[in-house]
Amino acid sequence: MISLRSSGYLLEGVRRLGSVMLFLLQLLMRCVAALRRPRLIVMQIYNAGARSLIIIMLSGLFVGMVLGLQGYDLLQRFGSEEALGTAAALGLLRELAPVITALLFAGRAGTALASEIGLMRATDQLTAMEIMAVDPLSYVATPRFLGGVIAMPLLTAIFSMIGLFGAQLVGVQMMGVDRGVFWSQTQGSVDLHDVNEGLVKSLVFGIACSLIAVHEGYHAEPTAAGVGLATTRTVVASSVIILLLDYVLTALFL
Amino acid sequence: MVVAVRDVHYAVGGRPIFAGLDLEVRRGRITAIMGPSGTGKTTLLRLITAQIAADRGAVQVFGRDLATLRSREVYALRQRMGMLFQNGALLTDLDVFDNVAFPVREHTDLPEALLRVLVLTKLQAVGLRGATGLMPGELSGGMARRVALARAIVMDPEILLYDEPFVGLDPISLGVILRLIKQMNAALGITSIVVSHDVQELATIADDSYLISGGRVAAAGTPAQLRASDSPAVRQFMTGSADGPVPFHYPAPDYTAQLLGAEQA
Repeated sequence: MISLRSSGYLLEGVRRLGSVMLFLLQLLMRCVAALRRPRLIVMQIYNAGARSLIIIMLSGLFVGMVLGLQGYDLLQRFGSEEALGTAAALGLLRELAPVITALLFAGRAGTALASEIGLMRATDQLTAMEIMAVDPLSYVATPRFLGGVIAMPLLTAIFSMIGLFGAQLVGVQMMGVDRGVFWSQTQGSVDLHDVNEGLVKSLVFGIACSLIAVHEGYHAEPTAAGVGLATTRTVVASSVIILLLDYVLTALFL
Repeated sequence: MVVAVRDVHYAVGGRPIFAGLDLEVRRGRITAIMGPSGTGKTTLLRLITAQIAADRGAVQVFGRDLATLRSREVYALRQRMGMLFQNGALLTDLDVFDNVAFPVREHTDLPEALLRVLVLTKLQAVGLRGATGLMPGELSGGMARRVALARAIVMDPEILLYDEPFVGLDPISLGVILRLIKQMNAALGITSIVVSHDVQELATIADDSYLISGGRVAAAGTPAQLRASDSPAVRQFMTGSADGPVPFHYPAPDYTAQLLGAEQA
């Protein structure tokens, strides 16, 4: 009985994965055509990116400040508090900025995307487009997907920058680490490989989060409960996938 | 013949919606599709617009069998159709002007000045030229439906499909929509298919009527012929009797037995 049920879950999981991958293929096939209408994509970068700026910047600041505090406390036990710049910069660039930005993006922009598209489905807007001979995948789904993919690395970069500023604020201004040492350590220890790791992660997370949000919204049941479920699924699936992909990507980069 | 539905069978999740549906829509006429709720009237519109495919039988639009068309051809065919949705289905992020301009912008490279004239003409036809700057959320139900009608005719379609155009309208808005349907048909020569269960309203505008019941056409003819029908099913629908071939009561066990049973429990 249990094995029957678990095989059912497994089958359902595989079916969903297949459906998401097919959807990704459909979106990719429409990307070139979508790029010819940059206005739609720019609007979505604004919606997913610019509108998430405040939450990303605030979170970046606090994460950086906590990193400064914890880092200082830990490093000073070994008398190496000058390494705070290195610890903060590498921690942020390689790990914290991409992951936390992606989690916040899933909660802020992902849910907005899923519920917007789900509501468009529920109010017949997508069907109306089809009847007007306009492909909703090209007009609605692809620009939103591309907007999310482009916005994520930009948001991650901003998160890193503000986070580093936060760590500096606590480490240098409050705890008294030497400013010159902090920045020279940072400069000396970060190389292109670290920046690339963050960039690749944020791009992959951007693709995953946007794909999940657009897919869930597009396939939402056209009812109030259906749209709610699509929004919940977006956050849950995105969060788990982000953390799973993070492990895989970290292992690949080490 | 603009639309021909031949022996169409269609089922959803094993539940048959159509079982041998046959009907024809003639050019330049207003055809009413009537029937009780849940008889698949909206499903019929989805078949005609090729959103879904029949399990068996053929749906022909402009003489072409929809089942044989590729998606590009379906899209080309849809450019010759317009559809008015029950709730208007306006795009919520665009204002009234941009909503009406939407299909034109997507399918043509019309200069903005010409587009403006075209959109204003269509909005004037539905009496909403003054509402160009309003967002869909600021419109009443009747206004939203009129904007949607302007959008449906902006590409000068040959067929106009109306899905329950009278639902939830106040008497004034209802009168306006009725007049517009008649006008669009007479002035622009558009073939109209109106799906509704509002018998009285349809009778004033329809040239031909079909009554669908039990997955097939229960009666066909002019509204007057339908009213004069002596078939019990047609009479019940046309007169709105609560009980008849379509029973008032959902199938249930014996009333007394069930009540007494509940008391004992």
